[in-house]
Amino acid sequence: MIRRAIRFLDERSGTAPFLKKALRYLFPDHWSFLLGEVALYSFVVLVATGVYLTFYFEPSLADTTYRGAYEPLRNLQMSEAYRSVVDISFQVKAGLLIRQTHHWAADVFVASIVLHLLRVFFTGAFRNPRELTWLVGLVMLFASLLEGYLGYSMVDDLLSGMGLAIGYGVALSLPFIGSNLALGIWGAPYPGDPSFESRMYIAHVLILPVLIGVLISVHLGLVALRHHTQFRRARRQSDRTLLGVPAFPGQAPRSLGLFFGVAAVLFLLGGLVQINPIWQWGPYELSQGTNGAQPDWYLGWLIGALRLVPGFDVTIADYTVVPNPFWGGALFPLVVLIVLAVYPWVERRVTGDRSFHNALDRPRDAPGRTAFGAAFLSWVLVIFFAGSADRTYVFLGLDYPAQIWVYRGLVFVLPPLVFFVTRRVCRELQEADRIERVREEAEEETRREVLPA
Amino acid sequence: MRRLATLLAILLGVFRRRKRTEEPRRIVPAGTPSRGAENAVVALLVCAAMLAAAFTVVYAIDDLAHQTQLLGLALGLSFACLAAALIVLAKRLVVSEEIEEGYPDPEHPEEQEELEQVVRESGSRITRKRLLLAAGGAAGTAIGVAAVTPALSLGPILDTDPLYETPWRRGRRLVDTSGLPYRAEDVSPDTFYTAFPEGAEKDEIGSPVVVVRLDPSALRLPPERARWAPQGILAFSKVCTHAGCAIALYRKPLFPPTSPRPALVCPCHYSTFDPARGGEVIFGPAGRPLPQLPLEVDGSGELRAGGNYSGPVGPSWTGVRGEGPRS
Amino acid sequence: MRRAALTALAVLALASPAQAQPKEGIVRPADERGKSRLELGRELFAGNCVTCHGTAGQGMIGRERRLGSGKTEGLGPPLIGVGARAADFYLRTGRMPLGDPYDEPERRRPLFSEREIGALTAYVASLGDGPGIPHPSPEGGDLHEGLSLFTEHCAGCHQVVGRGGVVTGARVPPLEDSTPVQIAEAVRLGPYLMPRFSDKDISSRELDSIIAYVQRTQHPKDQGGWGIGNVGPIPEGMVAWFLAATSFVMLCLLLGQRVRG
Repeated sequence: MIRRAIRFLDERSGTAPFLKKALRYLFPDHWSFLLGEVALYSFVVLVATGVYLTFYFEPSLADTTYRGAYEPLRNLQMSEAYRSVVDISFQVKAGLLIRQTHHWAADVFVASIVLHLLRVFFTGAFRNPRELTWLVGLVMLFASLLEGYLGYSMVDDLLSGMGLAIGYGVALSLPFIGSNLALGIWGAPYPGDPSFESRMYIAHVLILPVLIGVLISVHLGLVALRHHTQFRRARRQSDRTLLGVPAFPGQAPRSLGLFFGVAAVLFLLGGLVQINPIWQWGPYELSQGTNGAQPDWYLGWLIGALRLVPGFDVTIADYTVVPNPFWGGALFPLVVLIVLAVYPWVERRVTGDRSFHNALDRPRDAPGRTAFGAAFLSWVLVIFFAGSADRTYVFLGLDYPAQIWVYRGLVFVLPPLVFFVTRRVCRELQEADRIERVREEAEEETRREVLPA
Repeated sequence: MRRLATLLAILLGVFRRRKRTEEPRRIVPAGTPSRGAENAVVALLVCAAMLAAAFTVVYAIDDLAHQTQLLGLALGLSFACLAAALIVLAKRLVVSEEIEEGYPDPEHPEEQEELEQVVRESGSRITRKRLLLAAGGAAGTAIGVAAVTPALSLGPILDTDPLYETPWRRGRRLVDTSGLPYRAEDVSPDTFYTAFPEGAEKDEIGSPVVVVRLDPSALRLPPERARWAPQGILAFSKVCTHAGCAIALYRKPLFPPTSPRPALVCPCHYSTFDPARGGEVIFGPAGRPLPQLPLEVDGSGELRAGGNYSGPVGPSWTGVRGEGPRS
Repeated sequence: MRRAALTALAVLALASPAQAQPKEGIVRPADERGKSRLELGRELFAGNCVTCHGTAGQGMIGRERRLGSGKTEGLGPPLIGVGARAADFYLRTGRMPLGDPYDEPERRRPLFSEREIGALTAYVASLGDGPGIPHPSPEGGDLHEGLSLFTEHCAGCHQVVGRGGVVTGARVPPLEDSTPVQIAEAVRLGPYLMPRFSDKDISSRELDSIIAYVQRTQHPKDQGGWGIGNVGPIPEGMVAWFLAATSFVMLCLLLGQRVRG
């Protein structure tokens, strides 16, 4: 029966040779290669749950009065968008499960991309010939940040509404073009034209998912065309030969198992751990705010940056050339993106290594890269943690302005420290490896001398 | 007898030949079976099925307490059982081969050359390549610009005047969220109020103001605003000049000798503004003082705006210090 | 890792609003039971409050002086005319006595017993006419009116479901342990840096609604499961990383296989 199905397919598409190649595509052995797959499977869950949500969500800011089941919101004026999400949470069966799974999947999607990026960076997988794959991945990372932001901002609740105001402030802060850009995106001065909700909606359900989907295909295509990299663990693994497990039958059940494992964790979280209980926040009003408003975790680095920059606008005569939010809200993420994007070429220049690489470095084998990566990461992390300094004050009593000053100091002091310490550790590890290797070779020699006798 | 032996030999030969033709070279190596693993996989799949069925049952019940949690458990655990079944399958029932393969060629110089040749040779009929390219470039750029032009309708992109507009003008009454006018005597010290311009949209960035009353002797307003705070009542834009959140905090000392002075604070990045000094920034990342709205008390004791704000409201942009707000 | 980082920060000598207890503990008269309420109140006041509030509750406004024995002659507001309301609030929530007048008075376990609090409250009330202890009736309040009023007047500092927050210069307490009487007292009193809302600003009926809402936030409707603190994205991010991401890494470790070569 299998024979007949294959024959049917091959006669009508001629793809048997391609399928044979695809089915026997070799996967590398290490567990860290599965992190990218975790991201992919989170994306699948996102799309599936997202489609479901579009059947219920009302992307409209038209006013309505709440007449539903949740008592504290009764008779309150709110937008249709907000009301539809409260109804999804309370009225639609399984609605809250799907909604929460969707939101958890978004948080996890970005987290797994970051883990995957760290693996790729610290093993040098971005080197020739995979620079393009690296760039595509970076674009996907930043696209998913925007996608998540739009997703939770469409709901028009108090927390995300405050976040949208900040987005407007950052857009406005771009030198010279900021006001034009913000007016274009929002359609009018804040809160903007009512069509802004539709713009967010279409970007979130069509434009960005299609973009990310296409980029995923390009990314996976490039990975397959150049084949996966591998660690140099077995003797036969090198820059020339790949030793791995074929997609079928070896890898397929593992990948499928991972997919259902990811789906399992996401749906368990979606049912058991509450996320973004917008009925507790209330609908957004421009004239209102709440303490403790935070963006989703993957934008925490930006709120940290916005809070750390001291209060000044850069003015030249009457022109406010650089309004304050620009530094933390726009320049900082741009710098991170650019540093990550150009890094493969900078490393080529600095190390003089322009050759082809299919085998990976262990982090210790590239002390400069590992040290730089650790230092850069520590810089971003300091700013990230600064973003939650107020809740740290509430929880632990550490004075807020004092924390801000400490973080400002750490921003400058910690990365160089991390750089030197990491580089030292790598070198020590390399030295320990070398000594181990020398010792093994000496033992091997003595064994060879002893045996023949 | 000899005929029987020959017949047997032929038959055996046929069988042997058939066996050989029916046993091609194996691609996937044979592996040892494991009935225990098979049992485990079947058990897990049955669990997954039961949990999925439980999901549909839980879904069908109306008004079930903790329905979201039960649905999540049922579906999540069903997926988990399925995942476990696949993992057991992967580790125990599927042959994991290790195959060696060469990486694909780093590049293909011949095809690269041929590609370049094709492109190069295709231009044999063209004599003025640069002219054609220039014309093509001009056409492409112009068409590109034309295609993008309708984006200008997305908003008043080229006209930033709306950023300066606010609904406040001289004589506009201050009203609360239900539309009732504020009287000066309603404004107590030691607390804060949110006010809007009467008859205007509450939902505009220039609308909401925060109103506080301080002791007139404590005021240190700029000289041109000396008459802006009748009886010590002050009004400021409620929209933070840093990034646009509502300034929802008011700090007022019960015992001034040991406490910081009165201040309006924004909950987003903690920009702190001093109402006594005309909305000056005393902490936080705001780069511009909070715009102040001049107030008047009319004949019947009601609060009215004495004009527009001291400056444009909301987060800064390049032209924010270039002009004043417009009504 | 967060904890290590935070401990490091703490070690870097930050100024923190210390949990300031009075340095030498509570001074009590020898025979409490035998005294009348007012007498007990007066003696407790004399033993514990006069260094900051003055011998007759007139307040101490001047410079703080450190006396030889480690006692501090401090700063403190006058208590004449503040009434039972203020005394009850500060004593019952443990905000008073305060060791250092510059510290933020924060909720802690009261150092005085029930009887002692009653006595001190009666004594302070006797210092001059002032408002008594309020008696709100939140059962008569409206939950949705409460949400609107709380968001407008309170959420900026206390966070929209009362989980506390930050204002420049102070920590804003969460409201999880606040009783209806304490909420009513605080709203009318405006303790420390909190605004003071008279019944012209928030009527008794509106106050009942606010209290009903706050009570609701003490047991919120966590329809989605474990509420993880009801403060939004920070605990959510922690769950995403420490629960989900770690389980995925473990899953990958389980699934990855080493080639033997």
